[in-house]
Amino acid sequence: MSTAARTWRLVKHHSLTVYALLVCVYLMLPIAVVILFSFNSPEGRFNYVWNGFTLDNWVNWNSVLGIQDAIETSIVIGLVATLVATVIGTMAAMGIVRYSFRGSGGTNLLVFLPMSTPEIVLGASLLTLFLNSTTVFQLGFWTIFIAHVMFIVSYIVVTVKARLIGFDRHLEEAAMDLGANELTTFRKITFPLLLPAIVSAALLGFALSIDDFVITYFVAGPEQTFPVFVWGIARVSVPPQVNVVASAIFLVAIAIALANVLWQYRSAKRLQGAA
Amino acid sequence: MGPFFHRHPGLTPYLLLAPALVWLGVFFLVPLGFLGYQSLQSGIYPNFEFTWEFSNFSEAFSDYRTQLGRSFLYAALATTAALLLAYPLVYWIAFRAGKWRNFFLLLIVAPFFVSYLIRTLAWLNILADEGPVVGFLQAINVLGEDGRLLATTFAVVAGITYNFLPFMALPIYVSLEQIEPRLLEAAKDLYATPTQTFLRVTLPLSAPGIVAGTLLTFIPAAGDFINAELLGTPNQAMIGNVIQAKFLESLDYPTAASLSFILMATILVALLVYAKAVGTEKLTG
Repeated sequence: MSTAARTWRLVKHHSLTVYALLVCVYLMLPIAVVILFSFNSPEGRFNYVWNGFTLDNWVNWNSVLGIQDAIETSIVIGLVATLVATVIGTMAAMGIVRYSFRGSGGTNLLVFLPMSTPEIVLGASLLTLFLNSTTVFQLGFWTIFIAHVMFIVSYIVVTVKARLIGFDRHLEEAAMDLGANELTTFRKITFPLLLPAIVSAALLGFALSIDDFVITYFVAGPEQTFPVFVWGIARVSVPPQVNVVASAIFLVAIAIALANVLWQYRSAKRLQGAA
Repeated sequence: MGPFFHRHPGLTPYLLLAPALVWLGVFFLVPLGFLGYQSLQSGIYPNFEFTWEFSNFSEAFSDYRTQLGRSFLYAALATTAALLLAYPLVYWIAFRAGKWRNFFLLLIVAPFFVSYLIRTLAWLNILADEGPVVGFLQAINVLGEDGRLLATTFAVVAGITYNFLPFMALPIYVSLEQIEPRLLEAAKDLYATPTQTFLRVTLPLSAPGIVAGTLLTFIPAAGDFINAELLGTPNQAMIGNVIQAKFLESLDYPTAASLSFILMATILVALLVYAKAVGTEKLTG
């Protein structure tokens, strides 16, 4: 049997594996390109074609006018919006899962709808609200904050809800039997057990906030978050510093995701040990 | 807070829900009302007047039918492509990847850690006219000498497919992972061939994941304008491009608002038809 035929047989036998790995390559390709081109020293204005290796872009990452302000704005909005959305979203999840009340169907629908509405409609409708009430709202930092809390909160509710549904309420009953009041039970039992889900939800919220372009673009006015900055500069030419910031965010996000997985794994193990 | 809750236990859920529901009410529902109000106005920026201008809708629809149709066509193509790419991948991860499962799941979500715009811009590098992909395709005569990938329908649909692939992959993975292995063994014991087992056991059991993945891909894809803007030309303009330009460039708010409504209404109708077909439980989880 020729080598070609043998290779063909091997590929055919493992065709699913080959296909899956090719899709993985497809998924990773743009990420690799972003990181690679952060080390490029482009010949002209355009950073499209590989020209030569340099570390200058990383050293002088903030040498592009406006890039540092934009990333700082993104981080601040991400933190504040995530904090507010996580608090009110966790409360709502508790309300939905723990109590039966009139209007629960409508509540679930109201939480679900923003996630199933195209971002452009969310952005456009918020813009019409803000434009029609300029005495209350001026486009800028706070309108971005309002918009981000709005679209993050549904994701928080869904994430925390999933954990609450699988929650063993006997632990709380035991605490109450031992004389703890509701507040103490919440502080010492419910909250620590929910914490991993709340942290995951908050991380998701922060990631959604810092990456959002469409809604932010509609309500930003003169304010620039990092994605809005990239959009503006993409119409001229994208400097490699944008790739540097994107690569840095990618590496930090991967590190946080790994740490979170590890921590969840450990706390799950500790619980198993305790039970 | 304890005694208050004891005296009014029925109030507790409403107090817990109030902040989130008020926020969603004021900044999601009320804006939709304003969008409707704006869509029925007439006049030229900044002097709009509310005149029950229902003709905005019919005019917007007939003027931008092409872009609306294109949005749904591109979204359908991208959703199909994403399904064909994602299903075998997550099937392999769920049943063949063994202890490497979590690693490959991380690969699926990794694109989310690179900003949406920047992921799309990376395709500019990959598909560049002087880039290796175009060079290769020209060398094997798939593309002509002046052939290009950028600024084509292919580039836009490929960009949308790439950007929403994880939304398709994750729900399907979840539904595949929940399949009881004994069911597959039972099918095998009853002399089902691997193909029969897949078609009659695995595929139907993963249907909820396919449904969820299809929705999560199709809805944002239909409203997208970034891929068409960055990877296409005006010939690939989608309804999102029109809405965006009308709102933020030509300041024609009434037309932009009625187009947003047309987009949302079309999606909502599709969603309701879909919900009726598969049951609402699967949709809202």
